[in-house]
Amino acid sequence: MRLTDEEQAMLAGEMGKAQQWAIDHQIKVGGMFDAKDLVPVSQAHMMGDPEAVGEAGADFLEGLARDGAKAKIPTITDPRGVDLSYYEPMGQTEEMASLERRIIGALEKMGVMMTNTCINYQTIMPPIRGDHVAFGDTGVVIYANSACGARSNFEGGPSALAAGLTGRTPRYGLHLDEKRQATRRLRVSEQPKGLTDWGILGAVAGKTVGSYWEVPVIEGLEVVPTSDEMKHLGAAMASYGSTPLFHLAGITPEAPTLEAVGGEKLTTEVLDADAMNAMRSRFGGKGDKLDVVVFAAPQLSLVEMEQVASLCNGKKMKVPLFACAAPQVYPDAQRMGFVEKIENAGGKVLVGTCFYNGFAREVGEANGWKRLLSNSAKIVNILGGYGYEPALASMEDCVSSAIAGEIV
Amino acid sequence: MIVLNCHKGIGESVQGEALVAKDNFSARYDLDRIKGVFSRPDHALAGQSYDGKILVMNTSKGGVASAWMLHEMKARGVTPKAILFNTANTILAQGAALAGLTMCDRFERGDVTDLIQNGDVLEIDPEAGTVTITNRD
Repeated sequence: MRLTDEEQAMLAGEMGKAQQWAIDHQIKVGGMFDAKDLVPVSQAHMMGDPEAVGEAGADFLEGLARDGAKAKIPTITDPRGVDLSYYEPMGQTEEMASLERRIIGALEKMGVMMTNTCINYQTIMPPIRGDHVAFGDTGVVIYANSACGARSNFEGGPSALAAGLTGRTPRYGLHLDEKRQATRRLRVSEQPKGLTDWGILGAVAGKTVGSYWEVPVIEGLEVVPTSDEMKHLGAAMASYGSTPLFHLAGITPEAPTLEAVGGEKLTTEVLDADAMNAMRSRFGGKGDKLDVVVFAAPQLSLVEMEQVASLCNGKKMKVPLFACAAPQVYPDAQRMGFVEKIENAGGKVLVGTCFYNGFAREVGEANGWKRLLSNSAKIVNILGGYGYEPALASMEDCVSSAIAGEIV
Repeated sequence: MIVLNCHKGIGESVQGEALVAKDNFSARYDLDRIKGVFSRPDHALAGQSYDGKILVMNTSKGGVASAWMLHEMKARGVTPKAILFNTANTILAQGAALAGLTMCDRFERGDVTDLIQNGDVLEIDPEAGTVTITNRD
């Protein structure tokens, strides 16, 4: 890999042990993907919840902080795993909270901004087309690449942090023009309606392409998704397919036409209604017992908070309902009375967490929650591996089911 | 002895027994990392232990969490010895780099989940980009 004089100095340890670790890590990863050099990035977004980071990761982060690690570029964080103002009622333990506090302490010492959000493209600073960034959280990366036309690979916590410390990332994958061209051409046969439909489309498209190195271009859409719909489309596609970039022909910035991303040369694969219904019917049926309803993955925007609040207003729920809000959204949602409407109906708004990344297995066991309903195809995908029997429904049906105490 | 060439990988040279599946891998979605078994009910290896094995799988999928999780698994000593993929995604490569876990992908002779059989004894040299099957010719 070609290194500048400054990068050579970092690698030699002349800028401290933390930067030396960071650039050494980047060279190892870049080597596996044939990166020829490092590219400057404008922002890093880092995932580091306690369940994923663990004791070993907390030790590692504290070590970096002791070694004088300092973020060189704006470095922000993905949701926390523990809402420190509401963890005991969730069945989370003091050990989990204390691990969370250690991680936060170490990151703050490094100058990392604890934004604790997976919707930074809606709440902090959406990147610009052509902007090289080092984002973590697959939902954030796929949105930044696809909806914004920015350039990021999936950067796990350690790599996003390394990018924050060096201000660079290895130039491979989606930082390169040629890796952003479409490799699969998918056609929809029905028009998505509502967040869950967009999530199902994402899930089917992700399952169909099924690899980090495939770029689907989707054609046939007659409706332009809202930002929240794009969020669910992308989050589900990334979750089911490990997909970091998609194009919507005539909609997303790099695909004003099918030809712009090389789509016309590809064979069309139709995502027919059967494929969509198969995805729907994988999940629960009417009248099934229900333990908990969750709105998360990704965190809710202010607009979604308003929608949930309207549905909850004046109702009483028979089963617990959680809505995970970004910390940037929460104060507005509180000021506008959305939090009160949800909580008066028996729901709870969690701040800066995203449910599935907060020891979901232990939380489920502590509360006896198995049958979980959500409008997020992503969370339904994840929690199947965590001892839950998750089911998918629209936001309206989720709230109605929480009120009825069974799947409606 | 059969020598398979792959792309240059990450980590130290290791030896071990193969656990093969025509399925994908996510540390967050598929594993009970305390017990060291595949926990996702519809995974091809559901219920099987990965501890000390060389996992041979199609590709890595899902979330960014796996980048931390390999490090934590390694620190706890309940971990695969190495992972071989047809294609790794960036997250697993990053996780292997942090954890010091051996990982290789992109095999010249085709699908690694066909080339290697369950129980094969393997020697991996990531720097050279070779995997040797020592129990068969």
